[in-house]
Amino acid sequence: MIVAQRKPLDEIIAKAEPFKKVVIAGCETCVAECHAGGKKEVEILAAQLRIAFNRKMVPVEISECSIERQCEPEMIESCAEQIAAEEAVLSLACGVGVQQMAERFPNLPVFPGLNTTFMGTHSAPAKWEERCAGCGNCVLDLTAGICPIARCSKSLLNGPCGGAHDGKCEVSEEIPCAWAEIVERLTKQGKLGQLRQIIPAKEWDTARDGGPRKLIHGEAAP
Amino acid sequence: MKSGSRLEQLLSRGEFVVTAEMGPPMSADAGAIMKKTDFLRGTADAFNITDNQTAVVRMSSLAASVLCLQAGLEPVMQMVCRDRNRIAMQSDILGAVALGIRNCLCLSGDHQSFGRAGKLLGHPGAKNVYDLDSINQVRMLRQLRDEHKFMGGDPVKGEVPLFIGAAWTPLGDPVEFRVIRLGKKIAAGADFIQTQGIYDVERFAEIMQKARAEGLPEKAAILAGIIIPRSAGMLKYMNNHVPGVVVPEKLIRRMSEAKDQKAEGIAIAVELIRDIRKIEGIRGVHVQPVEWESAMPAISEQAGLLPRPEAAG
Repeated sequence: MIVAQRKPLDEIIAKAEPFKKVVIAGCETCVAECHAGGKKEVEILAAQLRIAFNRKMVPVEISECSIERQCEPEMIESCAEQIAAEEAVLSLACGVGVQQMAERFPNLPVFPGLNTTFMGTHSAPAKWEERCAGCGNCVLDLTAGICPIARCSKSLLNGPCGGAHDGKCEVSEEIPCAWAEIVERLTKQGKLGQLRQIIPAKEWDTARDGGPRKLIHGEAAP
Repeated sequence: MKSGSRLEQLLSRGEFVVTAEMGPPMSADAGAIMKKTDFLRGTADAFNITDNQTAVVRMSSLAASVLCLQAGLEPVMQMVCRDRNRIAMQSDILGAVALGIRNCLCLSGDHQSFGRAGKLLGHPGAKNVYDLDSINQVRMLRQLRDEHKFMGGDPVKGEVPLFIGAAWTPLGDPVEFRVIRLGKKIAAGADFIQTQGIYDVERFAEIMQKARAEGLPEKAAILAGIIIPRSAGMLKYMNNHVPGVVVPEKLIRRMSEAKDQKAEGIAIAVELIRDIRKIEGIRGVHVQPVEWESAMPAISEQAGLLPRPEAAG
C-alpha cells in the first residue's frame, strides 16, 4: 500500500489560515490503513484546527468529508457538492488523491495535509517499511523475493557493498542490509550459487527515469 | 598490454607492486596535490586518487589524477557509482584516457549520508545516482576497451586503453558471500583488485585460500590493503566503525602500550606487509596513509620495497 504521514500541524494551520471555509477530505484506503488520512484522522485534525483557530481568534470554518478512494474520479463525486461550496480543500490523501482532487476542482486551492512516503507494508504494530520502488521491471525472482532496488540504500544489483556490517546498512543501524537478507535467504534455500551470475545493469526507462508512466490495458481498453 | 600502464607492466612482469592512496584536497589548491606527490614520489608504483570519499566534496578525481600525472606519478583514478550515471561515467573515462590516465578503480562509493558520520557536514540531502553497481561499471569499462562499444551499444572510435580495477572487502559481512562477489567482479572484467585494509592476517589468509580454490588470483592481480595506523584510538575506531576492517585485540593492546604510537604504527604496517606478502596469490600491496603521506617513505623502505622497479615506459 501507499504509506503516508501527516504534515506538522503548524504547517497545516499556516495553509488553512487565509481561508474562511476549509474542508478536510479524507481517504479511506491506504492512508487510512497507516492512520494518516482516514475518517478518524480527519476528525482529529478538524478538532485540532478548530481549537487552534479559536485560540488565534481566526474565523476559519472547518468541515469534514471522507472519500472511499480519492484517486478514483467517480468516488470523489460522493462529496463533490459539499466540496464545491468550500473555499479550499485540505486533502488527507496520498499525492495521487490530492492531484485527483485538484483536477476535479480546478478553481479551488487544494493543499496536501500528508507527506506521501513510500510503497510499503505494515511490518509490525505502528511500523511500516518500504518494499517496492515501482521500477517497472521486477527482479524479485532473482533476489529471493527481497527487493534490492527499494531496500538497498544504493539499489545495488550484485551483492552488498563494502559498507554492510553485522547485517546492517552503512547508512544506519536501523536499516537491515537487503543483500545480507538476500544472501541469508538463498543460503537457507541452498541456492546461494545463483548469485554467481551477474545481474545486468538495470534499464531505468521503465522506472521514473523514463518520464511519467502510463499503462493502457490492451484487452480492457474500449 | 591492455593499457600499457606502469601498474599493468610491472604486474605482468611478476613484480610485487605497491600502490598508495592519496586524497584530493577540499579545495581548488593544486599545490596540495603537489605537496603530497613530493612525499609519495618513488615510494610506490601507482597512486590511487580517491573520488569524493565519504561523500564529501573534494577536487575531482579526474582533475587530481591529471595533476598527479603532471608531477610524474602514475594515478589510479577512482570512480564511484554514487555520483554519476552511465553517460557521465563513460564521458569521464574518455576524457581521462585522452589526458593520459590508464588505471581506473571502480567502486560503489560511500552513501551520501556517510559524510555526516565524521567531523564534516557533507551533503546527506544530496540525490544519489547509483545507475550502475560497481560490477556493471567494471563490465561497462571492459566493453569500452575490448569491444569498442559504449554500454548502449554505439561504437567507440579508436582505443580506450585502461587497466580496470575493483575493490574487495574480504572480511566484510556477509563474509560467506565475499569470495563470490570477488568472483563476480573478476568475471565482469576486473584486471586488478585492491582490498579493504587488512589487520587480521590469519583470517585474510583463510579467505584467500577460498579465493584460490575458485581460481581467482590467477585471473586478476590481488593487492592487499594496508591502512597505516597512527594510534590505538584509530585502530579501535576502525574496528568498531569501518565496515570490513577487523583489528585483532592484541594489535590494539600492542599499540596502546607503545611509547611512540606513530613509530609503532609504521612498524605494524611494515610487519603486515611482510606477513601478507607471504600469502599465496597476493601480487602487491595497496597502502592507505589516510592523510599521513609523509609516512610512506619509511614504510616502503622498512618493508624492503625500495627502490621501486622501472617500467619500460
